Amino acid sequence: MDIQEKKQLQAFATRIRMAALEAIHSIGSGHVGGVMSIADTMAVLYGREMNVRPEDPKWPDRDCLVVSKGHAGPAVYATLALKGFFPYEELKTLNRGGTRLPSHCDRTKTPGVDVTTGSLGQGTSQAAGLALGNRIKGRKNRVFLIVGDGESNEGQCWESFMFASAKKLGNLVVLIDWNKRQLDGYLDEVLPMGDFVAKMEAFGFDTVKVDGGDVEAIAAALERTRAGGDKPYAIVLDTVKGHGIAEVENTAMNHSMPVNDERFERWTAQLKAELDALEG
Amino acid sequence: MLNIVYNGELDPRLCKDVIGATVADIVDHDPNAIFLDADLMSCSGTLKWAKANPERAIDCGIAESNMAGVAAGLAVAGFKPIIHSFGTFASRRCYDQVFLSGGYAKNDMTVIGTDPGVTATMNGGTHMPFEDVALYNALPGATVIDASDPACLASVLRQCQNRPGVKYIRVGRKQLARVYADGSELPIGKAITLRDGSDVVIFAAGLMLHEAMKAAASLEAQGISAAVVDCFTIKPIDADAVEAFAKKCGAVVVAENANRHGGLYNNILEVLAERCPVPAACVAVEDEFGEVGTQSYLMERFGLTAAHIEQQAKAVLKRK
Repeated sequence: MDIQEKKQLQAFATRIRMAALEAIHSIGSGHVGGVMSIADTMAVLYGREMNVRPEDPKWPDRDCLVVSKGHAGPAVYATLALKGFFPYEELKTLNRGGTRLPSHCDRTKTPGVDVTTGSLGQGTSQAAGLALGNRIKGRKNRVFLIVGDGESNEGQCWESFMFASAKKLGNLVVLIDWNKRQLDGYLDEVLPMGDFVAKMEAFGFDTVKVDGGDVEAIAAALERTRAGGDKPYAIVLDTVKGHGIAEVENTAMNHSMPVNDERFERWTAQLKAELDALEG
Repeated sequence: MLNIVYNGELDPRLCKDVIGATVADIVDHDPNAIFLDADLMSCSGTLKWAKANPERAIDCGIAESNMAGVAAGLAVAGFKPIIHSFGTFASRRCYDQVFLSGGYAKNDMTVIGTDPGVTATMNGGTHMPFEDVALYNALPGATVIDASDPACLASVLRQCQNRPGVKYIRVGRKQLARVYADGSELPIGKAITLRDGSDVVIFAAGLMLHEAMKAAASLEAQGISAAVVDCFTIKPIDADAVEAFAKKCGAVVVAENANRHGGLYNNILEVLAERCPVPAACVAVEDEFGEVGTQSYLMERFGLTAAHIEQQAKAVLKRK
């Protein structure tokens, strides 16, 4: 990847963080930690890897994204708004009555959201079904599935991973957001999940681990999944919950947190400075 | 065409073979239809056909929650999935997935739950769903069917392919009394009058239809005129038919192979309360868990026989 493209993707990730923060601030609080930890991945997916048409969100041959950790909705909405799926200003309707942007992703409401998620684990089986269905239909597209590390406590995830492997879904790419924290604290305190790479390999996935804050590393890992084949892919994203805003990273309980005016302005100013440096 | 041919005899076919043949026919003729099972294809009569059609007959293994989610994902991809498991696993075990990934997310699917209520016989209490009807009754927009006989089963299965929302069909794997001629069309949502009457109406579904017909014949011999109405569509209930017969007869008995709470009795009582309050009683499971035994033992044990219907009919007549 050339330096120019890397900077563009980094800038896109920063814009996603700023837009998500703006949405969450507009309603006062939200799932800041898990939104920030996948911002870099969202930037690479929509800035480089995925083939989508904002003007035709239901184009049958599009690549699909299933954000099974559905509480990261604001990261998805920020990305889709920046890509032009709907007006940017709509981000400020997050969680308000009648909105198209509910806390958790909903395919029936938001242009560009492919699968309804939020009840943890359920996105994983739907992603497998979608990948299988696309393959039967002869489509050449791929399904990207983002799973939370805490979410993987749910047994349904592992049922779906067995299924994806058994059905040789080489058009499915599972991205595990290994940010080490879940709602009640660190995974190792709540329910230790062990070695995700070894687990996914044991479940029959072609697996790599990358720095989930490094757009170049994420891009390289995604690029190698283009080959398809007879194994589903897993990319374990080594991330930091709250990544990109130091104060959020350093807040112990950052799963959901208030974003008041003062925080919003301070954090936005920090992100804006980063953006200016990247684009200056 | 709708032709009632009830004469008290069992249909020679096993319902599982009717499921197998009908599902195969639907999938073979509709490129968007797809069938999923959870290691029970031999019980849904689909195994032989599935082995020859592995692309659109998917064995998901013993993982019903995943199966329901996969079905939802297939719906996103443009398919119209039909999934099967035993009634307990097709309801309780994967309810959250059918509810959210299916119903809430507008991913239409048909769910077949075999061995409802006492038809689970030798598998016993762990496999005996009395509550499946109540669960699906509470899923917004769902269609809930208790199939009357093989012709009804085939008719509703075909209709479900083009019906929005979640459709739940409960049916035993074995034999049922023959009620309708083959090829009969039973429009979902329409109750069917099997026998007219004027003193009391028996609304029944599935296995209990045969018991209701036997009870009505016995009551007739005692000078009581009992109507029997097939409520194979539990939801949406045919409110107009319920109201019309309640008005005409002035006394109601509901017979169902399920818990008295939350099922057919519930849906009929809602209509009665809102449109035509008349005395009513039910022949259903009195809020109990299942247990093992033969079907005849279990029907006695849980009070689901023609004699129980007759007893309730006489009791409700006294309250007229």
